Amino acid sequence: MNLKIHVWRQKSREAEGGFVTYSADAISPDASFLEMLDVVNERLMEKGEESIHFEHDCREGICGSCGMMINGVAHGSRGNGLATCQLHMRHFKDGDEIWIEPWRARAFPVIKDLIVDRGGLDKIIQAGGYISVNTGSAPEANMLLVPKAVQERAMDAAACIQCGACVAQCPNGAAQLFTSAKVSHLGLLPQGQPERKERVLKMVAVMEEMFGSCTLYGECEAVCPKEISIDFIGRMNRDYLAASVTTAKKEKVET
Amino acid sequence: MELKSKIPPGPLAEKWSKAKATYKLVNPANKRKYDIIVVGAGLAGASAAASLGELGYNVKCFVFHDSPRRAHSIAAQGGINAAKNYRNDGDSVYRLFYDTIKGGDYRAREANVYRLAELSVNIIDQAVAQGVPFAREYGGQLENRSFGGVQVSRTFYARGQTGQQLLLGAFQALERQIALGTVKQYNRHEMLDLVVVDGHAKGIVTRNLVTGKIEAHSADAVVLGTGGYVNVFYLSTNAKASNATAIWRAYKRGAAFANPCYTQIHPTCIPQSGDYQSKLTLMSESLRNDGRIWVPKAQKDTRPVKQIPEAERDYFLERKYPSFGNLAPRDIASRAAKEVCDEGRGVGPSGRGVFLDFADAIKRLGRSAIEERYGNLFDMYHDITAENPYETPMRIYPAPHYSMGGTWVDYNLMSTIPGCYVIGEANFSDHGANRLGASALMQGLADGYFVLPVSIGDYLAGQMGKKVAADTPAFTDAIASVQDRTSRLLSAKGSRTVDSFHRELGTIMWDYCGMARTDEGLRKARTMITELREQYWRDVKVLGTGEEPNQSLEKAGRVADFFELAELMCIDALHREESAGGHFRSEYQEEGEAKRNDDKFLYVAAWEYTGEGSEPRLNKEPLEYEEVKLATRSYK
Ligand SMILES: Cc1cc2nc3c(=O)[nH]c(=O)nc-3n(C[C@H](O)[C@H](O)[C@H](O)COP(=O)(O)OP(=O)(O)OC[C@H]3O[C@@H](n4cnc5c(N)ncnc54)[C@H](O)[C@@H]3O)c2cc1C
Ligand code: FES
Repeated sequence: MNLKIHVWRQKSREAEGGFVTYSADAISPDASFLEMLDVVNERLMEKGEESIHFEHDCREGICGSCGMMINGVAHGSRGNGLATCQLHMRHFKDGDEIWIEPWRARAFPVIKDLIVDRGGLDKIIQAGGYISVNTGSAPEANMLLVPKAVQERAMDAAACIQCGACVAQCPNGAAQLFTSAKVSHLGLLPQGQPERKERVLKMVAVMEEMFGSCTLYGECEAVCPKEISIDFIGRMNRDYLAASVTTAKKEKVET
Repeated sequence: MELKSKIPPGPLAEKWSKAKATYKLVNPANKRKYDIIVVGAGLAGASAAASLGELGYNVKCFVFHDSPRRAHSIAAQGGINAAKNYRNDGDSVYRLFYDTIKGGDYRAREANVYRLAELSVNIIDQAVAQGVPFAREYGGQLENRSFGGVQVSRTFYARGQTGQQLLLGAFQALERQIALGTVKQYNRHEMLDLVVVDGHAKGIVTRNLVTGKIEAHSADAVVLGTGGYVNVFYLSTNAKASNATAIWRAYKRGAAFANPCYTQIHPTCIPQSGDYQSKLTLMSESLRNDGRIWVPKAQKDTRPVKQIPEAERDYFLERKYPSFGNLAPRDIASRAAKEVCDEGRGVGPSGRGVFLDFADAIKRLGRSAIEERYGNLFDMYHDITAENPYETPMRIYPAPHYSMGGTWVDYNLMSTIPGCYVIGEANFSDHGANRLGASALMQGLADGYFVLPVSIGDYLAGQMGKKVAADTPAFTDAIASVQDRTSRLLSAKGSRTVDSFHRELGTIMWDYCGMARTDEGLRKARTMITELREQYWRDVKVLGTGEEPNQSLEKAGRVADFFELAELMCIDALHREESAGGHFRSEYQEEGEAKRNDDKFLYVAAWEYTGEGSEPRLNKEPLEYEEVKLATRSYK
């Protein structure tokens, strides 16, 4: 198939960017979207032009490295749980024009072309997205029973790949879906209970400092390559409220 | 070079306790005075960096990714082994040890493997405590499944995302230490050289992948957890950026490289579909629990699947290996698939493919049970091939997947450069000539959580006050040599892209140093690689500059190292005149099965760098089997 692609090119964080148009000819419909870009890049470099920079690694939809706005949609499709690297050219038609941009969010400055800095998401994890257990201090695994349904629900949340599509698609640039996925993964499990309140308070604080605020557009859920449910945001909000109330009262621990 | 394996004396089951009891300790109050560099934050690196931080060391962790959580480990699907015996099916530490030794075709160290089996149970405990959502039974207990090469059910899993969930556990532990200030994280930094002062590893040289700045970092010890090297084949199941540069630089600074020819070709991957192909996708081995592998009995049988009657199908694994059937180990299953394709019975457009069929399982268990077990894998297959595996069998073919070879390390995981430790897939330690499924995650985490954090103290205790500043000549020289290499790559200004060279190298390796190797082919490959490498430095085209993000430059350096490693792989494969595990020399076989030569090759081949253009020197670490009796590996 023959396509025309308009790609955002930007030399560095400070430089001004803009769209450049390339033709992507003789592309196999079985190629992935990134393989299409590979082909375009090889041709560009043969002509002496620098390749389009984009981030990628696993190419299986699990590492969360890839991600670009394709015709205004994060990862290029809605509602079918695909990351950019899993999108195949058969989703397009011969002769299509495709607009390709980096994630657009205040918290994700462009580094080069389609590469952005998503470091803010790691900061949210650092704030409390873990269970504090040092190596060696764990009890025998089956001492702790976790109902299958709870484990399944926790796994749904834990499936997040931290690609940032939710933030990029959100008109406010909010990171609620990402944060709530981690808060819920850990907060659902019995192991996560001791730090549950503190965790949600700390993670939300960093999230609010760095990202926009959520007004429940629901755009995040539509583009999430792991189909993380927006229900987790509701869950996080409830947890947050409960935690704010009890910590405000300086909850007294019965001993 | 003297290879001291440092295996503690005494009975196998007591060696690890013995080792721990004799290690020198670092006083807790002194730990923060030691700087440790950890390169890599996959399962091995992240678990090590976090655990070292918890112990109080001052850790600096480097990755080329934008976040530690992107490491290739994230892609592991199937599961992790542990000898918990929750199934009451006769499993034990000893059995896991034995299966792994046998699976590795008797080319691994007994002591290491035993320790690995012992620690396997602690890994599960640790991961569960961190909140890793492993699959559970209805009673709330942990669930298990079977994997290739064994007859017990000891594999723990989290849907098809076990690597992801285990890595997130380690990543979160690491982020916690970053927040606490014990670990300083350097993302988008690529290690390009190891700095050795008076024979000891004292630091690294990195390139900042955003600014291009080349810098030195000093420390009291350096830990490499930088992953495997099968991207030397260009097409593999590994993440695109996985590469050998870190361990290759260490090799050139004096760290012996062990068994480079032991590479694993995984039987169940989606076949290549065109020239644009950038990687091969693994379909987890767990699928072989319920899927049956077959090809038509007749050559070039192009009838639609449903029209091929049962009697005209050859379930070749079940036929050849009745007791293990579709769960035969990877090396054996891969070779069997190659064989039937070589006979002209392969399926799919290229004729390089075999069926993995779930029709029987769906009939027996119902579609929803299969969906629950493998749903995400089936979806992945569908996304890539546009075929529906619930209705038509998957087509699969072997692909490069894992490197058993790697930096030689002693029992304490230290390389032949004192102070330079190597963990995870990057070292050679535990899998012999073939790795069993669900054992890499186990090894990476055993190394990172439980072995290295303890064993490194033994070395550090003697290094108090021996830190070398990063502005001394050893460091400035290393910086200069990295800069020189970078500018040579940029100034070649040739006519061919890095990828075009890499593809060509990959084809040579696949054809001559892949699933079946011969003396003649390996010699030919060596000549071809040398010629291509020479052309590479002359004719490679790397655009842009070194002072900005430059993905071609990053690749160019990695491919330059792959060329050298490829040659060493051929040298090693040529010298090993036997077949063992993943290393199959066509000259050495018996009724189509690998034929080992224990009289001549019962050793680890540790290659030593002797300078540019000079042949590497072979050092041998004899393998002593005290516990297990050497036997011909049989899965019949
Ligand atoms: C598709 C797939 C599925 C698999 N499934 C399973 C499974 O089910 N069970 C199992 O046991 N095993 C499985 N494996 C194997 C297993 O995943 C790997 O062997 C293991 O994860 C390797 O972990 P690691 O920590 O050694 O290295 P990696 O995870 O590869 O991490 C390497 C790290 O080093 C960094 N790095 C590398 N070089 C440099 C450098 N020069 N400078 C700076 N940083 C550097 C990277 O940024 C990264 O952080 C699978 C492998 C694949 C490919
Ligand atoms: S490249 Fe890993 S998720 Fe797309």
